[in-house]
This record gives sequence, structure tokens and C-alpha cells, in this order.
Amino acid sequence: MSTLVFLEHRGDAIQKGSLGVLSKAASLDSDTSALLIGSGVAGLAEQAAKYGAAKVFVVDDASVEKPLPQPRVDVIAALVGQHGFDNVLFQGSVLAADIAGGLSARLDAGLNWGLGDLVMDGGELIGKRSALGDTILVDVAWTSTPRLGLIRPGSFEPTESPAAGAVENVSPQLQDFSSKAQITLQTTEESSGPSIEEADILVCGGRGLGAPEGFGQLEALASALGGAVASTRAVVDSGWYPYPTQIGQTGKTVAPKLYIGAGVSGAIQHKVGMQSSQVIVAINKDANAPIMTFADVAIVGDLNNVVPALTKLVQERKG
Amino acid sequence: MKIAVCVKEVPEAGSGRRIDPATKRLDRSGERAINAYDLNAVEEALRLKDADGGGEVVLISMGQDKALESVRKALAMGADRAVLISDEAAAGSDLVATSKVLAAAIKREEADLVLFGQAAEDSDGAVLWSAIAERLQLPVVSQVSELEVAGGSITAKRQTEFGYDTITSPLPAVLAVSDALNEPRYPSLKGIMSAKKKPQDVNSLADLGVDASDAGESGSRTKVLDLSPPPSRGDTLVLEDEGGSSAEQLMAFLVERKFV
Ligand SMILES: Cc1cc2nc3c(=O)[nH]c(=O)nc-3n(C[C@H](O)[C@H](O)[C@H](O)COP(=O)(O)OP(=O)(O)OC[C@H]3O[C@@H](n4cnc5c(N)ncnc54)[C@H](O)[C@@H]3O)c2cc1C
Ligand SMILES: Nc1ncnc2c1ncn2[C@@H]1O[C@H](COP(=O)(O)O)[C@@H](O)[C@H]1O
Repeated sequence: MSTLVFLEHRGDAIQKGSLGVLSKAASLDSDTSALLIGSGVAGLAEQAAKYGAAKVFVVDDASVEKPLPQPRVDVIAALVGQHGFDNVLFQGSVLAADIAGGLSARLDAGLNWGLGDLVMDGGELIGKRSALGDTILVDVAWTSTPRLGLIRPGSFEPTESPAAGAVENVSPQLQDFSSKAQITLQTTEESSGPSIEEADILVCGGRGLGAPEGFGQLEALASALGGAVASTRAVVDSGWYPYPTQIGQTGKTVAPKLYIGAGVSGAIQHKVGMQSSQVIVAINKDANAPIMTFADVAIVGDLNNVVPALTKLVQERKG
Repeated sequence: MKIAVCVKEVPEAGSGRRIDPATKRLDRSGERAINAYDLNAVEEALRLKDADGGGEVVLISMGQDKALESVRKALAMGADRAVLISDEAAAGSDLVATSKVLAAAIKREEADLVLFGQAAEDSDGAVLWSAIAERLQLPVVSQVSELEVAGGSITAKRQTEFGYDTITSPLPAVLAVSDALNEPRYPSLKGIMSAKKKPQDVNSLADLGVDASDAGESGSRTKVLDLSPPPSRGDTLVLEDEGGSSAEQLMAFLVERKFV
């Protein structure tokens, strides 16, 4: 068996989750290779060797500099064609999901996503995922090779297991349609002020606030409790609250002692960023919202009634 | 401008989504609805058509015959017609098979833009669009939370794990939209009345020219082996609130846990 792990990087760091997938793959299959694609990425190959890559394929070229999926489908499809990998694994991300989906169609290869674990059972690779909003665990497999897998973010910690890490440089051959989409701007927003990752108590606001002004009442509650205000992608993308406060797959991962979600539905991409909170309180007018299934306290009601009333009680008690 | 929008019927959230242990497929026998995230794609298509001053919005769906009932909501919002691919042989299709069938249906339309929702609520895959774009050999942009269409190309903004990307692409293109892109309109009474009369074609695999062996389980490359309950997380204390009535109980809980 042979396995290829796609390593996502930003600047001169490989994503921790990608290295986690690499270590896991190497523990299941000694013939595991890693793949780095970008511009100026050759220097990252050493790191891959540390986490178990017997071989590191490096595609270092200006044409694949920006993190776009379609050129990466071209590169990986060519590598699979040449080396016949049985498994191609990715840490789940916006980029990786788009690569894996495209590759699945290009190669008619089965893709299982959201995998929380991988096991070998009698020489067969089996993926474990939770489905339907984590209400059921499913064992999944593939009926042909290559087997494509997207690992749920945060499933595997990187563990060092030095391997040969022989580097092979590959030059990309891109399809015409793969280069049509172009990234013209990449921006990051750094946080000013205290980070939501450090607060013991987080009051998180979602689209249920109805308008940006809704955050005022959450700020009052957070300040009464001595906590910080966090947010969902929906409100960040709508410009209601700043990106550095966002919890979730494309935001921050937090583990406060207390998380209070007001008008938050609890979509899986939000949940992956806050499920380690010690106590979860949800205020939502929809009893069927996903967050109600994983909250310790689920209040079915209008946040505009509950939040001010609670804030008042907290203020009174603190005097 | 001609816009194709992929919409899916899913089991309703409140109806207790489950996988049938016998078939290991999603149980689609209960209450069903159109995937809420797909309404953002429908809304965007309607706005783009309006801004363009003409064109057509075509809904494309693969599912059971009765899925048309859910798809009709998008017709009521204002889409012009619907194409449903329904075939016994397509049941149980995974990504490889679904993308093959839908790509064949989309290809016939020769649309300028193909839109998707941000994910199907029942599968949470968020992968179908890139498989379809690959089969159609078109550029793809996902998670679009801001969109401009002008002069035969699109400019999209989207959030990733690292911040924001601005991406441009010529048309035709495949886009998946984020639920923050817009607020889907509610169908008007007039819209609901006229929806029934709009063209709704139900096509088989043969109508599409797709071989039955390329769909359903025979066309799939993944399988479900086993189902088991998730580890239990402890009980949820559910409080029904009436005008702020739950605040006292919540406060008591927070005090007991020493958060206050
Ligand atoms: C690749 C990808 C990455 C993503 N990354 C992230 C991420 O990092 N973080 C993230 O948060 N999301 C992320 N998402 C988006 C995620 O899927 C959801 O769309 C998002 O979390 C929804 O935000 P929300 O809960 O604020 O809004 P909604 O889902 O619209 O929920 C609003 C909730 O408010 C409730 N409500 C409305 N009015 C009231 C009221 N008056 N009182 C009480 N309750 C009320 C409603 O019942 C509803 O449940 C990602 C999605 C994808 C596809
Ligand atoms: N059976 C289907 N018919 C039509 N569109 C679909 C179907 N399944 C998924 N889609 C579209 O693809 C998007 C992503 O689906 P998924 O990759 O399954 O999460 C959805 O939001 C829909 O726009």
C-alpha cells in the first residue's frame, strides 16, 4: 500500500493539522509520501520528513503559488497516475475540500469526508466519521483505489516519527481551465484587543441577533460576566462583527470554561471550533437548531428577552 | 444571463434525520424540505438575472420524484423552470456518481453561471461543486460571500482558514455561495400560485444519456459499512422561555457552577 498526504501551508509554516494527518498516515502505512505545492516551498520538505514522510514531492513553481484548487488537482492527478498511490489524504479545509472534490471527478475516485479517524482492518482502510450533525457514527470504506479522504480538522496531533524524506521535485502541467480562476488579493485581519482564545467565558453572537446593533446586548452580558464576545462566520461575513472574534473551522478554536451562544445555529463548521468548551449554553428560538443537541443548557426562546434579563441578574448579584 | 442552480431536497431538521440501518442510506420517508443553504444560491441567481435585465434561472436537482414538491419553493421565489433527475438506478449515488449525473444535466443547459449552496444539510460534504466543475472543465470558486458579475467575468470574496481571498474568473464558471451572501426572499402568494404552472421536467438517466451502471451504488466508489450511536455527551437541560422567564433558572445554574 502507498499513501500520499497533501500538506497545506501558509507562508513558511505547514498547517499543524496536515502534519497530524501525515503522522497518522505514516503510522498506518510505512510507504507514505507527502506533497508540498506552492512557490518557495522547497524549504518546508524537512519538516515533512520529521513527521513520517518517506518521500516528499515538492512542486515549487510560480504557476501554483496561490492557494487555488484546480492547479493542485492537475498536480495530484499526475502524481497518482505515475506512482499509483492507493490513498490520498487531506486535512479538511476550504482549499483541500475543493481539491479533493475535483480529484474525485478527475479520477473517478471515491471520496469520504469529515473523517475523525482512520483504522486498518485486515489490510483494508476504514474511515470513521460522525454524520447528521454528530448524531451517528459511520464506518466508511472505498470500493476502488485511489481512496480519497478528507480528515475533520483537529482529529490528529502531529507526532514526530523521522523518516527518510527523500525529496523529489516535480514540475506542474496545468490544464487550460485550471488557471482561469485567479486570486487577486489575500488579506488577513489581525486582532487588536484581547483574544477570544484567552477568555474563560465567551458570549457568542450569531445571525439570530438580527442586526449588528444586537451585539450591544452581548457586550453588556460579557462585561457583566467578565468574559469576551465571539461570533459566527455568518455575522462576520455580513460585516456585523470583526473576523478575529470568529469561532469555527475558518476562525479560531476555543475551549472556554463557559460558552453562551445567542442566535447561533451550531453548524458543524462552527461546532468544530467550540466543542471543547466545558459548559455550553444555547439561547435559540428554534428547538431543532443543531446547537440544542450538544448544549448543556438549551433555552428555547427569544434572545432579546433572555439576554437582557440575565445581564440584569448578573449585574445585581455582583452589585 | 442564463444561470443554473443546483438544489437538493433534504429530510427536515425537525423530523429527526436518520440513516436506515437496513439500506445504510439516509431515510427520506419523513418530512422533507429544500436544503436551506441552496436558497442563498437561488436568491443570488434571481438578483443577477434582474440586474442583467433578462435571462433564465433553471433549477437542477437529483432526487426522488416527490422532490419536486420541495424544489417548487424555489420556483415560487421566482426561478423560471426546474429539471429533476429521478431514477431508481440513481438511488444511493455517492459523490462520483452524483457528480456524473448532475454534470450531464447541467451541461445540456449551457449556462453562463452554475450556482451551488454552501453545503447539503444532510451530507455536509461541501464538495460537489468542485467535482462538477471538473467534469464540465470550468473554473470554480467556493464559499463566495461577496459577488460581482460584470463584463463576462466574476469577482468573488471568500473566507478561508487564513483570512479573505478575492478571486476573479471568466464566465462560464461554477460558484458555491456562502449563507452570508444574501437573505433569501420569501415566496409571495403570487409566486406560490404561479410555481405550479412553471415547466418542471422529470428526466431519467436514459434521458440524460448516462449509463445506469455509472449511477447509484454501481457507479459509486465509497460504501457505508457500519452505523453506531455517538458517544453520549450527558444530558441537556432544556428550558422553555417565555418573555425572559428562563433567566432566573439560567442564573441559578451559572451560580451553582461558580461562573458568577
Ligand atoms: C467551509 C466552511 C467553513 C465554515 N467556517 C465557519 C466558521 O469558522 N465559523 C462559523 O461560525 N461558521 C462557519 N461556516 C458557516 C456555518 O456552516 C454556518 O453557516 C454558520 O455558522 C451560521 O451562523 P449563525 O449560527 O450565526 O447563523 P444561522 O445558521 O442563520 O443561525 C441563526 C440562529 O439564530 C436563531 N434565532 C433567530 N432569531 C432569534 C432570536 N430572536 N432569539 C434566539 N434565536 C434566534 C435561529 O433559530 C438560528 O438557529 C462555514 C461553512 C463552510 C461551508
Ligand atoms: N442531489 C442533488 N441535486 C442537486 N444539487 C445538489 C444535490 N446534492 C447536492 N447538491 C448541491 O451541492 C451543494 C453541496 O452539496 P454537498 O457537497 O453534498 O454538501 C448543495 O448545496 C447543492 O447546491
